[in-house]
Amino acid sequence: MTAPRTLYDKIWDSHLVDIDGDGNGLIYIDLHLVHEVTSPQAFAGLKAAGRKVRRPDRTVAVPDHNVPTTPDRLTGKFLDEEARIQVETLDRNAREYGVHYYPMNDINQGIVHIVGPEQGYTQPGMTIVCGDSHTSTHGAFGSLAFGIGTSEVEHVLATQTLPQRKAKNMKINIDGELGPGVTAKDIILAIIGRIGTAGGTGYVMEYTGSAIRGLSMEGRMTVCNMSIEAGARAGLIAPDEKTFAYVQGKPHAPKGAAWEQALAWWKTLPTDDGAHYDTVVELKASEIAPHITWGTSPQDVAPITGVVPNPADIKEEPKRIALERALNYMGLKAGEKLEEVAIQRVFIGSCTNGRIEDLRAAAKVAKGRKVAAGVQAMVVPGSGLVKHQAEEEGLDKIFLEAGFEWREPGCSMCLAMNSDRLLPEERCASTSNRNFEGRQGARGRTHLMSPAMAVAAAVTGKLADVRKFS
Amino acid sequence: MDKFTTLTAVAAPLPMINVDTDMIIPKQFLKTVERTGLAKGLFFELRQTPDGTPVPEFFMNQPQYKGAQILVAGDNFGCGSSREHAPWALLDYGIRCVIATSFADIFYNNCFQNGILPIKLPQEDVDKLMDDAKRGQNARVTVDLQNQEIKGPDGGTIKFEIDTHKKHCLLNGLDNIGLTLEKKSKIDNFESRQHGTQPWLYAQAGR
Ligand code: SF4
Repeated sequence: MTAPRTLYDKIWDSHLVDIDGDGNGLIYIDLHLVHEVTSPQAFAGLKAAGRKVRRPDRTVAVPDHNVPTTPDRLTGKFLDEEARIQVETLDRNAREYGVHYYPMNDINQGIVHIVGPEQGYTQPGMTIVCGDSHTSTHGAFGSLAFGIGTSEVEHVLATQTLPQRKAKNMKINIDGELGPGVTAKDIILAIIGRIGTAGGTGYVMEYTGSAIRGLSMEGRMTVCNMSIEAGARAGLIAPDEKTFAYVQGKPHAPKGAAWEQALAWWKTLPTDDGAHYDTVVELKASEIAPHITWGTSPQDVAPITGVVPNPADIKEEPKRIALERALNYMGLKAGEKLEEVAIQRVFIGSCTNGRIEDLRAAAKVAKGRKVAAGVQAMVVPGSGLVKHQAEEEGLDKIFLEAGFEWREPGCSMCLAMNSDRLLPEERCASTSNRNFEGRQGARGRTHLMSPAMAVAAAVTGKLADVRKFS
Repeated sequence: MDKFTTLTAVAAPLPMINVDTDMIIPKQFLKTVERTGLAKGLFFELRQTPDGTPVPEFFMNQPQYKGAQILVAGDNFGCGSSREHAPWALLDYGIRCVIATSFADIFYNNCFQNGILPIKLPQEDVDKLMDDAKRGQNARVTVDLQNQEIKGPDGGTIKFEIDTHKKHCLLNGLDNIGLTLEKKSKIDNFESRQHGTQPWLYAQAGR
């Protein structure tokens, strides 16, 4: 009998190509996702060295970070010359090296972390990497998924492996029932608020407990997506019947006898009883309120009913200075009620909350209401398929009637590389994942929250408690 | 990749915690298809006000930090995105060594890929070096990777820890890909094993 192992231990063990006496391992990568911003230098390096892509069949490319989301992009129009060059470079590289590819106006195009699961590339027990830190999203399927830098992208292209040291195991257990209006986004914001943005550094986090089991696959992806915001390289959720049901029938999922074989293997993945975690964190689902961020770090969270914290309450100087800087940047005063803070912009989308379930939740609150005067609000579906599905369900009409813009899929104002961005000092209710200074536009002010909360803010014109909108 | 052996240089102070990758290099500089020329975006929004006026206190605007090759910073340096543009920008500016109490994982790894040495030290050592850094040109710091020690301007020595493999690669300027390709037969063996146990991962050709 081998010792009981965690899900992470099992994936690690089954992908180890080599390891030396000091713990320097080489792991095999089952799926490599590629986008236009972090890959050009990697392909250039590959070419300069005369190397090939080792597994084009395990490499999937899609432009997302930089693509325009306005309707005129369907004519191939780019406002931004540099962005056009990056997208065309990906186009050329993808075709030259023969990897799976979804070009800009393909209906299957979208944010790379939405496309992977949607097309059935993402499967339990895999190792998945991408030159993007939110690769942790795919951990929702019980796969070890993490972001890498461009040199590592080149390394994976050339060798299909990556030098790695094993991380420690952390378990985050959340039992109980979520209250009304509380979503996966609130769970992960509460976790980051609890452990901090460096709390997960050096760990792979596994989310367990009845509240996690109760989430849909979309919700689980939202939770795993922001693991990186807690400093963990990867977040995992053990695969179960919901996972298998989601994967089954997707274009690149195994079929027939291969499906049965894969399923049998996937069922062996969940953590064994008695397996060791280096750290365990417990949260009660019933104590999680709808959360928002008030500052410039994802750990700056509070329940929507809360107030802006006071720097005078903080003893450690670096933290107090950081807080003063954050409040100054955000244009907030200590003690101000969050529900009284006025907003000018709303962004619904991103790999955190740009899936169909997110749009349904948003549309439910938007239905029959109007975006407040002076607020500009947009919905950017995470992929062409999400957009299509939403249109089938008539969600686009609900949003348009309420006064939201309805866009083409891409990362958009999650990182504001294209023209979707905040003006200085504009305040945005956003469903994305980062509220860093300048993230959504130079000197823009971001408050992170769930899709339903973002709509509540859009129609109120202020940060708002979605529980008042039933 | 350039080797890193010993470095004697001016150290620049960046006494902030949670310096994220968006602060190191904002996204408008990520649209390049090159690795070089990124110094122009380094700390873009920290070193100047929105109207382009230089922030006088920021080290990049102070003559005593001209030619600084070492950066001393607070907790959780490099948190945020995986963009390797962050170490590329530091390197393009001339920074070869970053010293902090802690680093975000991806940034930490990205440094080694580019010949930059990130050093984790306890708070009191970082405080000491931060004080040295505040003395500008009068305080040159020596970082000796082989012996894993830092010598301050006043003769004190601070030891640091580093992974043996990463140290070896940095000392010799080794390219990770080249090293891995030496293990080609191990990768081949892994694939044939995995092909047997998980054949569904080998079923598809590129589209
Ligand atoms: S939506 Fe945002 S976080 Fe997600 S991949 Fe795009 S830029 Fe990164």
